[in-house]
Amino acid sequence: MAVLVTTTINGDRVEFACEPNEPLLDVLRNRLGLSGAKEGCGTGDCGACSVQVDGRVVCSCLVLGVEAEGREIETVEGLAQGTELHPLQSKFLEHAALQCGVCTPGFLMAAKALLEKNPNPTEEEIRFGLAGNLCRCTGYDKIVRAVQDAAKVMRG
Amino acid sequence: MASESTTAHPFEDAPNHVTPTVIHDPILTKTDFKRVGTRPLRPDGLDKVTGRARYGADFNLPGQLVGLVLRSPHAHAKIKKIDTSKAEKLAGVKAVVTAADMPDHTGGDQSMYDILENCMARGVAKYDGHAVAAVAAIDAATARAALKLIKIDYEVLPHVTDVDEAVKPNAPLVNPKLFTEGVEPKPKKASNIAKRTEFGHGDVDAGFKEADVIVERSFRTEQTHQGYIEPHACVASVSPDGTGELWVCTQGHFVYRNHCAMLLGMDVSKLRVTSSEIGGGFGGKTHVWAEPVALALSRKANRPVKLTMTRDEVFRASGPTSATSIDIRIGARKDGTIVAADATLRFTCGPYYGMWAELGAMTAFACYDLKNVRTVGYEVLVNRPKTAAYRAPSAPMAAFAVESVVDELAHKIGMNEVDFRIKNAAKQGTKASYGPVYGPIGIGATLEAAKKHPHMKAPLGKNQGRGMACGFWFNFGGQTCTDINIGPDGSVTLTVGTVDVGGSRASLALCVAEELGVPYESVKCLVADTGTLGHNDMTDGSRGTFSSSMAGIFAARNAVTVLRERAAKMWEISVEDVTWEDGHAKAVGSKYGNLAPLSLKEIAAAAGNTGGPIAGHSEIVADGAGVSFATHIADVEVDPETGRSKIVRYTVIQDAGKAVHPTYVEGQYQGGAAQGIGWALNEEYIYGKDGRLQNPGFLDYRIPVCSDLPMIDTQILEIPNPNHPYGVRGVGETSIVPPLAAIANAMSNAFGVRMTHVPMSPPRVLKALEAAKRA
Repeated sequence: MAVLVTTTINGDRVEFACEPNEPLLDVLRNRLGLSGAKEGCGTGDCGACSVQVDGRVVCSCLVLGVEAEGREIETVEGLAQGTELHPLQSKFLEHAALQCGVCTPGFLMAAKALLEKNPNPTEEEIRFGLAGNLCRCTGYDKIVRAVQDAAKVMRG
Repeated sequence: MASESTTAHPFEDAPNHVTPTVIHDPILTKTDFKRVGTRPLRPDGLDKVTGRARYGADFNLPGQLVGLVLRSPHAHAKIKKIDTSKAEKLAGVKAVVTAADMPDHTGGDQSMYDILENCMARGVAKYDGHAVAAVAAIDAATARAALKLIKIDYEVLPHVTDVDEAVKPNAPLVNPKLFTEGVEPKPKKASNIAKRTEFGHGDVDAGFKEADVIVERSFRTEQTHQGYIEPHACVASVSPDGTGELWVCTQGHFVYRNHCAMLLGMDVSKLRVTSSEIGGGFGGKTHVWAEPVALALSRKANRPVKLTMTRDEVFRASGPTSATSIDIRIGARKDGTIVAADATLRFTCGPYYGMWAELGAMTAFACYDLKNVRTVGYEVLVNRPKTAAYRAPSAPMAAFAVESVVDELAHKIGMNEVDFRIKNAAKQGTKASYGPVYGPIGIGATLEAAKKHPHMKAPLGKNQGRGMACGFWFNFGGQTCTDINIGPDGSVTLTVGTVDVGGSRASLALCVAEELGVPYESVKCLVADTGTLGHNDMTDGSRGTFSSSMAGIFAARNAVTVLRERAAKMWEISVEDVTWEDGHAKAVGSKYGNLAPLSLKEIAAAAGNTGGPIAGHSEIVADGAGVSFATHIADVEVDPETGRSKIVRYTVIQDAGKAVHPTYVEGQYQGGAAQGIGWALNEEYIYGKDGRLQNPGFLDYRIPVCSDLPMIDTQILEIPNPNHPYGVRGVGETSIVPPLAAIANAMSNAFGVRMTHVPMSPPRVLKALEAAKRA
């Protein structure tokens, strides 16, 4: 029996109905057309579905849609402000921190959460901060550099 | 059908394809560049950082159903009966298919029949995860419920998953009708060895008699998976009129089209395949898996069907690389000359023949200039999923074994390992161990660069060791078809048929901009669907940028011919008097001094009055892919109490021929090294005694995470490939070849332990350290 849920996604009030056992990831992708979050494993091991819930980065495959009730959800689709990219997005492009790009939305959301908590992380703090997100293409080198550079821009 | 477009893998006839050889007709025409070699943003980047890019699972059609596959829980079992009646009666179920719904249209082509059988078991399930039935239903919950209602009566058969067990005389037979090919006389008894292949030249036995030192060792490597983050996904739609469409994440939509059409009994022209953005492939998306099943479901339901694999299915039922068992024997004189080299390689194929040991046998000694060399490969069938290509397929395992022995041999005769390799390195004119004669190659240059690299002289910390190793990959060219269309505003559309797996649209646009003499930004590169271009081989064998840039450059030259003709028409002069320079037509000769150059934009704007649209085309077999070599340096720290290893510094030195977009070349070097590091230290398929895979998930099959790795330094060398107009070589694959041996050599240098079993996971390293302590 579907449950009606009211939540906020990327600043917009959103209502949806979902099954009680339906992951937030499926709600975002299949019911709301927000396919930026990807399913790489469905078991919380790859981080490709990372979104922020009330400022905390989570794997949306491990959160139920009904748990979104009354929360603030942020997804990769909300990262740019109009035509202006978030510094992390710009730096990922500049540093070629993506090859296939399927892990990129998750990395951006995890990196955003990391930099909100720690605006000036060391390389080691970045590496451990992003250790929940798998990338198979880049070897992480250019991702770490992009996050370092974005952190610098964001510190002003 | 034996044509290349329908073979299971383009390397099936690799000896004919991999032709670095002597250069008969070099086509290298350019060495000074304005745009090639710069680092602009990629054209598809914005969509990928904003979540707009559409991957395999991000596409939907009206009326779409959810497809799910039922898979065998047994490693080997006879399927006595399948009862789908209850599933078919469940409300919301629109189609159930089994092998009975996928009749054999392969017409005696064994490799295609094997693909058909792998997509849906026909009477026997041959591995844990083998598809046995599939359903399409109105939603996932209904489809899952339907799978549970399918009743299968199995008779469990004896199984074998281990490579060394499978070659024993009394091993359970994976295919009781299999008789080893490549041996005389033809065997009378069936076995699990599908084929024996041999390469080499000289007299190996005589060579060993000249040796002062011989090192002989056996090695094993475990099965690994490409580990792309995006599971296989497709949307299939087949109409009762026999036409169909397939949206799919693939490395080669034209090959998927050809294979799917044949397996479904459709006309190739009536199946239109569109490649989605691809979330990693590394060889694993060069084979069809569930796509023919999705098409069969759609055909039966007369509705579109979306089918995505779970991660568990990706591990159990797509194509990992081979597990191997390798014996190496190399002899050298005290002066450091290798006098003989011999290798025997046994590679698992899964239940179907593949040329995996053959590729190992071809690549094993490719780095060296050897008078006497022999390599023998055995393709071994086991009850594991069908082996698929994984980045420089088979080369990393062979290099692990060979480069470990090369290091040991160098040390035994008291030579530095880099100098020993330099002394024996292959060079232009060397007859490669797999047959051809090399043109200009980079192995010597990468070794010299390694010797001079600051990394080699940097101090090491406690419990740290440094190792190095070399790697080789053939690279591949293949069938390629490319169009250039010039818009009325002078902007350029470059249409290619090779899937962009990691930034090739940027590189291809750079090459065409260079050739036309226009800004990079004015060239838009698109990957076309199969209805738009002629056949293109897959993006594999490091061919994407090599072959499509070659075809793109030729298409641009074709367009320039048209542009010159149009300029001549506008000026009313002879086309012979018109040249093309820097994006402009120029009239040659003093009598035309008053004619100002015409820009591409001006000529394009006038096209309607000078003969219509302006385009260029190229259809080629891109022969002459330049072989690729790399040398890697690894610093490894081992915790002697736990056996856990950590890479503390890593350097990749590789020949790119010409780095079109150096940032993405670096990315290929770094990514390959990272995959090699994961293979070396952690990744392995673990099978239980029941023949079932015990770790089909990213938690237990652990690929490197960000905190496992250091920065990966790169050095790009450019030894132009004379068989490409700009000197380009493929760069994607070689970087995964050296890490296994480089890391093993580092451990040996640090602790005096010779690791012969990959992955060098903490328990194996600890065991080796403890054994060394006791000795």
